[in-house]
Amino acid sequence: MSKQLELRLSGSGGQGLITAGIILAEAALKDDKNAIQTQSYGPEARGGASKAEVIISEDSIDFPKVTLPNMTLALTQIASDKYIKDISVDGTVIVDESITLPETLKAKHIYRVPIIKTAINEVGKEIVANIVALGLIVGLTGIVTEGSLEAAIMARIPKGTEDLNRLALQKGYELAKTLQK
Amino acid sequence: MAKKVKFLQGNEACVEGALMAGMTFYSGYPITPSTEIAELSAERLPRIGGKFIQMEDEIAGIAAAIGASLTGAKAMTATSGPGFSLKQENIGYAALTEIPVVIVNVQRGGPSTGLPTAPGQGDLMQAMWGTHGDHPVICLTPDSVRETFDLTIRAFNLAEKYRTPVILLTDEITGHMREKIEIPDASEVEIYNRIKPEPGSDYKAYKVVDGDIVPKMADFGSGFRYHVTGLMHDETGFPSNSTKNAGILMDRLMAKITDNLDDIITFEEIETADADYLIVAYGGTARTAKAAVKKLRAEGIKVGLFRPITVWPFPEAALYKLSEQVKDIIVAELNYGQMKLEVERVVKNNAPVRFCGKANGEVLTPEELIQKFKEVL
Repeated sequence: MSKQLELRLSGSGGQGLITAGIILAEAALKDDKNAIQTQSYGPEARGGASKAEVIISEDSIDFPKVTLPNMTLALTQIASDKYIKDISVDGTVIVDESITLPETLKAKHIYRVPIIKTAINEVGKEIVANIVALGLIVGLTGIVTEGSLEAAIMARIPKGTEDLNRLALQKGYELAKTLQK
Repeated sequence: MAKKVKFLQGNEACVEGALMAGMTFYSGYPITPSTEIAELSAERLPRIGGKFIQMEDEIAGIAAAIGASLTGAKAMTATSGPGFSLKQENIGYAALTEIPVVIVNVQRGGPSTGLPTAPGQGDLMQAMWGTHGDHPVICLTPDSVRETFDLTIRAFNLAEKYRTPVILLTDEITGHMREKIEIPDASEVEIYNRIKPEPGSDYKAYKVVDGDIVPKMADFGSGFRYHVTGLMHDETGFPSNSTKNAGILMDRLMAKITDNLDDIITFEEIETADADYLIVAYGGTARTAKAAVKKLRAEGIKVGLFRPITVWPFPEAALYKLSEQVKDIIVAELNYGQMKLEVERVVKNNAPVRFCGKANGEVLTPEELIQKFKEVL
């Protein structure tokens, strides 16, 4: 079996995580890889814990659902409680700093990062927390190239918000750099 | 030339395929998990001079599509289980009146309103037997976003060619997942259009002429006057109680499918050449089976996959041939064994037919299928 990366992005409905999942997958396509994106639907996706899943692979992808993620992001406590436990032993967990993680959680890398606060204070809009998170994820893991990520973001966001999103992406990368020091 | 690569949901690819096939009319009643098909059709059709109508219910949704097709439009409606039940009467009407129409059923968990946002494959038999009376059925089942695009085009082509309703039976898995899809140029895609009578020609609406497969179809409103009825009818289209006539009509309706199985039936075989064991799966569950076949092959187990793409008419000949070669067959599907029954019927006693399925709204994982495979084989 070829190595494929399974990613899960979770939070509350409206935080833009499904958009973030689509952007990550589209960035992977720009890197000439394969990608599949799926998401939770229905009442659970409205306000409660919502998730988007992405699989990235060099080869074709058969089974489209994530079984054991290599990377999980959670932006809310509810989403974290629901989804954070499923992580491969060599995987990466990234959560907002507001989240309390179970002490038993085992992963190669566990990061608690001020994602939402950075979006509010340094970019000026909480709504771009998803883009800050994308910069952070890619800065930490390099799962897609930075050029492809920016191009994918620019293709998905509303016209007129390019500068705002570029700043959010930059702040995400900066967060990653401070963690890696 | 720049390739037109997109990242689409299966439901979106269905609309792209329909538009490339020449769809100019969509009528329906939005229902999860098919809603994106209505949504995107509503956005796109007006831009190309087509029509989108949200009807008052599912019955009207298919009725309007049948009416539009009668005027010459290529028409589609999409739904899920509860709406598919409501459309059954009109599917039979379109079959007997020989009006091309494409019906998409993005299957969810059922029965009744069931699990709106979860996948299921419980409508397989309903696609064949849902409407009363013997009637021709063509039903296609994709397992990827790209194949959803291709099979939507094929559904329109077959509907036009055989003048019959064609059911595209997808599921929440393929309908909602997003995958890379390279949209071919229109020049690379084969499109079939119904044969129409020459203006001014002597026309009998239900008479097959010129060695055609089906009667030529005049657009309503184009000057040809004829009668359309769900009663048994003669070559003029007017009702007829003659049993002789009814026999001729029924034979012709059934034969247009059974005489052309090679044109209608497609299937995929993976790793079957040397297979001792066979997995049969279709639609979204075939993705589970493909992953399972790879893992089992990596362990040295000689297993292959048979995937019906045309599920109705069922690919009997190809499956029968494989059943003479393999020791054991396992059918994987999201129901209580609907295709399993069909596989048993076809393979007779050539090989035992086992079953791996669930109907609780979850997808079947490759691990679950492998575990079941090892348990029973």
